[in-house]
Amino acid sequence: MKTPNKSRDLTLTTAAVGLLLVFLWWANGHLDNYKIQVLNLIAINSILALSLNLIYGFTGMFSLGHAGFMAIGAYVSSLLILPPVQKEMIYILQPLIWPFSVLQAPFFIAVLAGGFAAALLGLIIAIPVLRLGGDYLGIATLGFAEIIRVVFTNLTPITNGALGLKGIPNYANIWWNYGWCLLTLFFLIRLINSNFGNVLKAIRDDEVAARAMGINTFKYRVVSFSIGAFFAGIGGALMASLITTIDPKMFSFLLTFNVLMIVVAGGLGSLTGSIIGSAVITVLLEWLRFVENPIDIGSFHLDGIPGMRMVIFSLLLILIILFRREGIMGMREFSWDSLINRFSRGGEAR
Amino acid sequence: MSANPPVLETREVTIRFGGLTAVSNFNISVPKGSIVGLIGPNGAGKTTCFNIITGFYKPTQGDVFLEGKRITGLPPHKVCEEGIARTFQNIRLFYNETVLQNVMIGGFVRQKSHWWMPPLLIPSCTREERELRDRAMALLDSVGLGKLAGEISSSLPYGAQRRLEIARALATKPKFLLLDEPAAGMNPQESQELMDFIKRIRTDFDLTILLIEHDMKVVMGVCEHIWVLDYGILIAEGNPEQIRTNPKVIEAYLGEEATQNA
Amino acid sequence: MSLDMFIQHLFNALTLGSLYGLIAIGYTMVYGILRLINFAHGDIFMLGAYFVFFGVTLTKLPWGIAVILAVALSALCGIVIDRIAYRPLRDAPRISALISAIGVSFFIENLGLVVFTGLPKPVYRPDWLVEIITLGNIRILPLALIVPAIAFALVMGLLWIVYKTKPGLAMRSISKDIETTRLMGVSVDKIIALTFGLGSALAAASGIMWALRYPQIHPFMGVFPGFKAFIAAVLGGIGSIQGAMIGGMLLGLIEIMAVAFFPALSGYRDAFAFILLIVILLMKPTGLMGEKLEEKV
Ligand SMILES: Nc1ncnc2c1ncn2[C@@H]1O[C@H](COP(=O)(O)OP(=O)(O)OP(=O)(O)O)[C@@H](O)[C@H]1O
Ligand SMILES: [Mg+2]
Repeated sequence: MKTPNKSRDLTLTTAAVGLLLVFLWWANGHLDNYKIQVLNLIAINSILALSLNLIYGFTGMFSLGHAGFMAIGAYVSSLLILPPVQKEMIYILQPLIWPFSVLQAPFFIAVLAGGFAAALLGLIIAIPVLRLGGDYLGIATLGFAEIIRVVFTNLTPITNGALGLKGIPNYANIWWNYGWCLLTLFFLIRLINSNFGNVLKAIRDDEVAARAMGINTFKYRVVSFSIGAFFAGIGGALMASLITTIDPKMFSFLLTFNVLMIVVAGGLGSLTGSIIGSAVITVLLEWLRFVENPIDIGSFHLDGIPGMRMVIFSLLLILIILFRREGIMGMREFSWDSLINRFSRGGEAR
Repeated sequence: MSANPPVLETREVTIRFGGLTAVSNFNISVPKGSIVGLIGPNGAGKTTCFNIITGFYKPTQGDVFLEGKRITGLPPHKVCEEGIARTFQNIRLFYNETVLQNVMIGGFVRQKSHWWMPPLLIPSCTREERELRDRAMALLDSVGLGKLAGEISSSLPYGAQRRLEIARALATKPKFLLLDEPAAGMNPQESQELMDFIKRIRTDFDLTILLIEHDMKVVMGVCEHIWVLDYGILIAEGNPEQIRTNPKVIEAYLGEEATQNA
Repeated sequence: MSLDMFIQHLFNALTLGSLYGLIAIGYTMVYGILRLINFAHGDIFMLGAYFVFFGVTLTKLPWGIAVILAVALSALCGIVIDRIAYRPLRDAPRISALISAIGVSFFIENLGLVVFTGLPKPVYRPDWLVEIITLGNIRILPLALIVPAIAFALVMGLLWIVYKTKPGLAMRSISKDIETTRLMGVSVDKIIALTFGLGSALAAASGIMWALRYPQIHPFMGVFPGFKAFIAAVLGGIGSIQGAMIGGMLLGLIEIMAVAFFPALSGYRDAFAFILLIVILLMKPTGLMGEKLEEKV
């Protein structure tokens, strides 16, 4: 085994982050709004994928409840950043009840609150549901997400019902999104590479053996699930402020499906995979929009085909599961060592 | 026996699965520092006894004591915390993890820092993890797996996997170690090494060891005291010589062969 | 609530319950054999409905033939899905097949969107099916009698196949122990295909009757009935055909009666099933009729 070269890695990582920031600064000034929107979506999808990967890829809990946690994060944070006047205007069916009508918070606090609300809900859900395993857990978490959606549709005095929230302040610019994304990534890298991370993987690999090793598997599954829910809530909060309009319909199973797709495509149990997967899938999804938009090539007119995008997308998921189950990265992670090795070997070959 | 309570004692332990009484009236007492064996034909209930002692099964009746403290019904992770570690009949490693990670996971139960500390860069936690890593490396060196620390555990040869499973159990700092058929699938030379290994870890780690084994050479070679289980009932106990010549034991094993040949 | 109203609700519940039950059977049979939640099952239900009503308007086929063709075609879809998306994953971790199933489900729904468009289509119903019958003060649709009767007949037919024929015996044997059954020379893949075929046929039948009862079809019509029918299967004890039917009936009863007695809850109707699911999974994970499986260490 090679001894990892710590100070070199730290330098390289700092340089890479610096480079990213320079790129974002450049992009912010030079790219058009649409491209910036795609960059923003990549950051948010990364947060969502990382959090689902923690739950499913690293701890082995098949959860289909991500949309529910995102909904909580989105609503809590949006209610905190919407100005009271605006709230009064959009709650036309029934007025927003106190204290939500007057509560206000800066964006950072609001997003954090969204994350904590989602984590709290995650905790409440986890305690009964995590006793289940495998596919039953998937169905039960999906059930919870649907229940949240139904409740949000009906809890008009708080959520404005089916109308949803409009005109949410668009604070989630590229700096906030990438800031949160880097924070999430840092938190999870530290967590996964600690012995606690080993413990989560142990629970995933063989729960019986983990229990025999003195690990309170239930407790740590709950912890992992709640951390995942927390970051899903953060992702939802940012998403709401990015697109400025939310309603309960938006948080359907489709949203969870998209995140699951990213995690599977990137590689279950690889943080690197989730980041790469987010970039690839987000760009792909945007790129696929062209099949749904009408196109004119010279005098030749093609009608857009609604639904085609998801047809291709779901087909892709099936193909990945059938032919490349480990996704892009498998369980491997990026490291400077492997990158440098590859470069030097490539150099020798030439 | 001295004034010290036995490391492990079971009293009238009985377990039923539906109509089947898998173990009944299981009474053993294991003195500190000894290596003892539990033998019996296939399906006699040996592994079931291990599962009861380590908290995976709750006995229908009876109690288990560790150094005089009642541990009946504690969940497996608590039992491990109390100081009992085990291996499994069909090796159960964390197969996607490296050899070193497997041992570090074993050490987690003695770790004091909390899960939220590593992301917050708490110094005491970083220090503890470094110590844990060093200890795990030292443990691997002492069982002869030091060179393989960075390998993925599933890539290890069979004998090394068995050894790693024992090393992982040792990392939990047990007082009492349960080995379920440690010599299964080993050739004579490997089992000879295993016997030396078991004796060595007893002194090095100040352990008491109970093992299940079908290989009579190993059982007779390392165990100071042996219990024989047949159809869930203890039919004999004694030192290797007594067991070797006990007609009941011979009958239990012959009976098994007779039915197998029929 | 008057007795007449109550009886009317009861008939509604019976209809809805039979429709859930018919879908649930497919879930329960596939889960019993493969331990797979066939997410795409609800979409077969949708396809069944579309095949009939799209088929009838496009090809002017007579009704009876259209129904038979649609059921057969849906059965074929079920078999093809298994062949392409599930069979290659038999030896993979169990969740892989489940993810594949989720993918297939989204694929069919969106393909439906592409082919049939997203606009809900009204369903033409023959007059004799919707001429209200009055019995004293009770007014019910003939459908409310026909649907449960057909469902009952279909279930009886299925039970006959499962308990009285050789393929049925093989099916039951596979659900107990797939490896041993394979060793005994049974062509396991064929029997699994048969299971998918039968399950899909019943789902299609349910979809057709659903479209007659609630006369509107759209590509996502199978999603919620699908989820709910799966819950019905869990409620009845997964793996048990009778259980699936009973679970379906219970769920139909709960949904209709809860809203009938507490109209304020009508907005929460889609949540009942999920709440019920979580409660059952926690209280009695084996369902009402299921057998207990112990985990060995
Ligand atoms: N969870 C369980 N449920 C039902 N029966 C069980 C369970 N665990 C063990 N048994 C039964 O208890 C009996 C004893 O099994 P056990 O595994 O303890 O035998 P063993 O002595 O370890 O055999 P071997 O030498 O083959 O490992 C067997 O008949 C087994 O089928
Ligand atoms: Mg055994």
